[in-house]
Amino acid sequence: MQIPFFSPRKPAATPYQQEFFLGFRDGFPIALGYIPVSFAFGLLAVKGGLPAWVATLISLTNLTSAGQFAGTNLILAGASLLEITFTTLIINLRYLLMSLSLAQKLAPGLTFRERSLMAFGITDETFAVASVARAEISFPYMLGLITGPYLGWGTGTLLGGLVCTLLPANLQEALGITLYAMFIALVVPPAKKSRAISLIIAVAVGISSALAWLPGLRLLSEGWRITIATIVACLFGAAFFPRKEVSK
Amino acid sequence: MAKILLAVALMALVSYLPRVLPVVFLRKKIKSPFFQSFLYYVPYAVLGAMTFPAILYATGDTASALVGFTIALFLAFCEKGLITVALFAALGVYLFQFFLG
Repeated sequence: MQIPFFSPRKPAATPYQQEFFLGFRDGFPIALGYIPVSFAFGLLAVKGGLPAWVATLISLTNLTSAGQFAGTNLILAGASLLEITFTTLIINLRYLLMSLSLAQKLAPGLTFRERSLMAFGITDETFAVASVARAEISFPYMLGLITGPYLGWGTGTLLGGLVCTLLPANLQEALGITLYAMFIALVVPPAKKSRAISLIIAVAVGISSALAWLPGLRLLSEGWRITIATIVACLFGAAFFPRKEVSK
Repeated sequence: MAKILLAVALMALVSYLPRVLPVVFLRKKIKSPFFQSFLYYVPYAVLGAMTFPAILYATGDTASALVGFTIALFLAFCEKGLITVALFAALGVYLFQFFLG
């Protein structure tokens, strides 16, 4: 038997640990990116009148950006439970598409429990990174990928809630742009490399702007706008730019 | 407070269901190239639709939001990291509001 302290070399990491570590490494930038965004969420929620622990609870149980921002705004506005639930559901419907897309790349043999657990960690960013970085997604990779962002999302919210009163208003407003800036940083590099992707983004942006600004259509909520724009843009993409290599 | 906690629980439920249902119940791979292509383009379309025009209303006034938007586009075009892009966009908004707002 070896005494761990004096063993001549570290025992080799198991494949499970290696996959977890790879995922954790890929998730680390997402975690850092989440801190200012969730910080802004904590600020806004506490500024609106929620206790910091409730804001943190929302982040740890919802783990979404747009959905929980909208839901929290409605809570603060005193909306009905039905309205809060329905609006959040509509905004989160896009996860159906992401989850469906991710399900195509899962390694074979994942159990029900593994699938249920990793599904909780699907966000726009973890989805985008996992789909772009991996040909086949294993459970430990996904677990590693979502650990950092989950902790970052919760910690940022708590910190934002706690320091809410300390930050000047204009700094709070400036932080409002971080989420969108991060989205831009995610889409621009692949758009530069692919004409199809840039055209699809253009269609999505065009439709979401039209739905936001044209008279009559403005009645749609933001969640509907995003869902409609996504579906139309992806139909356009699938029709005019079908992918040649069929993923395995 | 009870109503707020109930609202949080309902929000959590409707955030989880759309994520878990396809992963758990749709185990067969999709064969159709059309639908495969559709799903492949989803992340890009979602990000585009979520960003614009919402970004214009993210900071309280459109002028400073445009400044942040421009900075983010430029830095993203130079392929800077997520955090760099996010923080410089926020810094740009802050400075613009501080000096010109």
